[in-house]
Amino acid sequence: MNLNTHFTQLENFGHSLRAPAYRIRIRTTEDIYEALQLAKKLDLKVTARGTGISYNDASLNSGGIVLDMTGMNEILEWDPASGVVRCESGVTLKQLWQKVVPEGWWPPVVSGTMKTTLGGCLSTNIHGKNNFKVGPIGEHVVEFVAMTPTGALVTCSPNQNADLFYAMISGLGMLGVFTSVTLKMKRVHSGLIVVEARPVPNLNQHLTDLCEDAPNHDYIVGWLDTFARGNTLGRGQIHAARNLKAGEDSNAQETLQLKYQHLPDRLFGVMPKSLLHYFMNPFVNNLGWRAVNVAKYLSALRKHTFKQSHAEFHFLLDYVPNWERSFGKGGLIQYQSFLPKETAETAWREILRLSHRRNLPAYLGVTKRHRPDKFLLTHGLDGFSLAMDFKVTDRNREALSRMLQEFDQIILEAGGRFYFAKNSETSAESARRFLGDETIHRFKKLKQRCDPENLLESDLYRRLFK
Amino acid sequence: MTDTISAGGSPRPAPVTPLNPRRRGLIIGASDGLGAELARKLAYNGYSLALLARRKEKLDALCAEINSAFKEQRALAYVHDVAEYDQVSSLLRKIVADLGGLDLVIFVAGVNYPPGGIDKYNFENDRKMIEVNLIGAMAWLHPIAELFQSARAGQIVGVASVAGDRGRVGNPGYNTSKAGLATYLEALRNRLTRHGVHVLTVKPGFLKTEMLKAAQGPTPFAIEPSKAADDILEAVKKRKQVIYTASIWRWIMLAIQHTPSIIFRRLSF
Repeated sequence: MNLNTHFTQLENFGHSLRAPAYRIRIRTTEDIYEALQLAKKLDLKVTARGTGISYNDASLNSGGIVLDMTGMNEILEWDPASGVVRCESGVTLKQLWQKVVPEGWWPPVVSGTMKTTLGGCLSTNIHGKNNFKVGPIGEHVVEFVAMTPTGALVTCSPNQNADLFYAMISGLGMLGVFTSVTLKMKRVHSGLIVVEARPVPNLNQHLTDLCEDAPNHDYIVGWLDTFARGNTLGRGQIHAARNLKAGEDSNAQETLQLKYQHLPDRLFGVMPKSLLHYFMNPFVNNLGWRAVNVAKYLSALRKHTFKQSHAEFHFLLDYVPNWERSFGKGGLIQYQSFLPKETAETAWREILRLSHRRNLPAYLGVTKRHRPDKFLLTHGLDGFSLAMDFKVTDRNREALSRMLQEFDQIILEAGGRFYFAKNSETSAESARRFLGDETIHRFKKLKQRCDPENLLESDLYRRLFK
Repeated sequence: MTDTISAGGSPRPAPVTPLNPRRRGLIIGASDGLGAELARKLAYNGYSLALLARRKEKLDALCAEINSAFKEQRALAYVHDVAEYDQVSSLLRKIVADLGGLDLVIFVAGVNYPPGGIDKYNFENDRKMIEVNLIGAMAWLHPIAELFQSARAGQIVGVASVAGDRGRVGNPGYNTSKAGLATYLEALRNRLTRHGVHVLTVKPGFLKTEMLKAAQGPTPFAIEPSKAADDILEAVKKRKQVIYTASIWRWIMLAIQHTPSIIFRRLSF
C-alpha cells in the first residue's frame, strides 16, 4: 500500500482544527488487524475515527494513521421483541433509529446530531437531554467487542471484563477499537413527543427550572442567550419533554413510520435547507448574532406546549444541514463545562461576563441537567452543563484560546468537569485536576495492559495524557 | 546580517494548542548558507522545523542555536545524505509523524564541483552534482508531491539557480543539474496547482556562501544568504511561481537567454 496517497487533511466537526493523517478505510475486523500491524511496522500511531463529529481533536491524529470506521456499518441483529440490537461500530445513530422506530423503539441516548457512529458514541460516552434520568449511553450497552492493539478481541459487559467495560466506554478509543456494540433500545408508544417551552428571565431561574422540572420529564434542555447581560444574564428558554404513554397517541402506528420522522428538507416548503447556511453567514458575527439571540428570546416569551416527532426534537443540529459552515472559513469550537448544582451559577456568571469583557461572546449556549456515572473518564456529576459555541477566525484564535484556558481555571476552581468530545484547549494539567491522579493512574495501567506499545494515540490523547 | 538569532525570540509566543497550531516546515540541506538562514527565519515566524543535512555537527549546532533562542524545541535534526535515495520514504514518514504533518518543504541541497577549466571534463563530478542536485530533489519531492496532492494542500520550494538558464562553458554538469531541477519543478507545478499545492522555483544568483568560493571568475551582484531567504519567504507568502534573487538576475538572465547562439558560443563565461 502506498500510504502517501492516503494522506488527507482531516478536520473536527467545526472545521476549526485541521490535522493531516494517512486515512485507511476499514470494512472488516481483519482490516483493523492489518492496519494495526502496518502501523507497528512503520512506527506510526493509530486513531479510529467515525464520522468526525467531535468538536475537538478526539478523532484527529496528526501525521499518523486514522482508521475510517464508517465502512463498517452493518446492523447485525435486531430483535423487535426485546429491543436489543447488535451493530458494527461504524453504524450511525441515524441508521439505528431509522431501523428501530417503526417497531416502537428509540435509542436510549442520542446526541444532538444523528451523524455520530456508535464507536464514537461509546469512546466519548455521549449523553443526551435525558442524562439526569438515564445516564450516558454506556449505561445502555449490553455488551461490546473491541480489538486491542495486540490483536486480541475482547468481549466486555458489566459482568465480563468489567474493568475494561467501564474504561473503554469513555476511554477515547485509546484502549482498543470497537468492532461491535449491543444496545438495549427504549420502548416508545408514539412517534411524537410532548414538548413544553417556557422562557426563563435570568440565570438563577434558568438553573432552578432545569433542576425542578427534571423529575417530571424525560428530557430537558435549555437555550441560553449568551449575549444577555446584567439582570438578564443567563436568560433563555427551557424545553422540557416527555414521551407519550401507551394509548395517548391514537395514531401511533402512523406517527412511528419513517415518513413522519423525516426532517423537512425545505424551509417554508420552498427553499432547500441545504442552502440555508449561505444565507446565515452574513449574520454570524457579534452584532448580527446578538440580534438573532434577542429575536429568539422575544419569540420564546410565549409559554406553550406542542408535539413534535422524535427526530425533530432530538436532532436539532441536523435541522439546518451544514450549519457549521455558516461560521465562515475559521469554523467554530465548542466549550462545554459541567458544574455541581451549588457552584454553577457563580462560575457561569463569571465566564459569561469574561466573554463579554473580551468581546468574544459565544454565539450559542445550551444547558442540560446531569447526574454522575461510574465510567472511568466520566464527565458526569450532579449538576448542569453549559455548552457554548464560539466563532473562530484567524485573528481571534490566540485570544480565544487564552480565554478558554482561563475558563478552565474558573470551572476547575468551582469543582467542575469537562467532556472530551468538546473543548480543544484544556491542558494535561487541567485534565489531571478534575480527573484526579488515581483515575489517571488506573487509565494508564489499563492502557499499558491493552496497548503495551502505545500504538493508539490521538491528538487529544497526546494533549491530555502525555 | 548576523549569524545568530537576536534575543527575544518570536514575536508570537502563544503556547501551542489545537486552536494555535504551528506551521510545519522541512528544509532539506539546512546546515549552512541559505538553508540555515531559512531555518532561522522560519523558526522566528513560529514554524516547527525538521532540518536535514549531511554534516551532523553543523546541523546540531544550528538546532541548538534555534532551540535555545526560543527556549523550546522548534527545530529537529535529521542527518541524511540526499543521495541515499532508499532512506527517503521512511525518513519522510518519520518527519511527518514527528512534526504532526507538513505544510512547507524547501529543497536547498546542492553541490557544485566545477571541472576545473573550460576545456576540462570530469564525469565523477558531474555525476555527483546530478545525483544530489537533481535526483536527490526528485527522490524527496516525488513522495512529498504525492502527500500534498492527496491532502490538497502544501507548498514546495525548490532552489534551482540562474546557472540552469543557459548551458555555459564553465560548468556543464552544474548547469544541467539546475536546468533539470527547474524543469522538474515546473512540471510539478503544472501537476499540482490543480490540487491546491503551490510550487515555487527559486533561482539565486551569487550568494555569499561556501559555494561562492568554488566559483571561478567575478561574482557580480552577490548577496547575503539572509537577503535571499527573505526574498524566498516573501514569495512563499505571495505564492509566486518563479523568483530570481537578487531580482536583477531576472533581467540579466533574460538578456543572456536571448543572446543569439552565434555570439554566445564564442563567449567564455
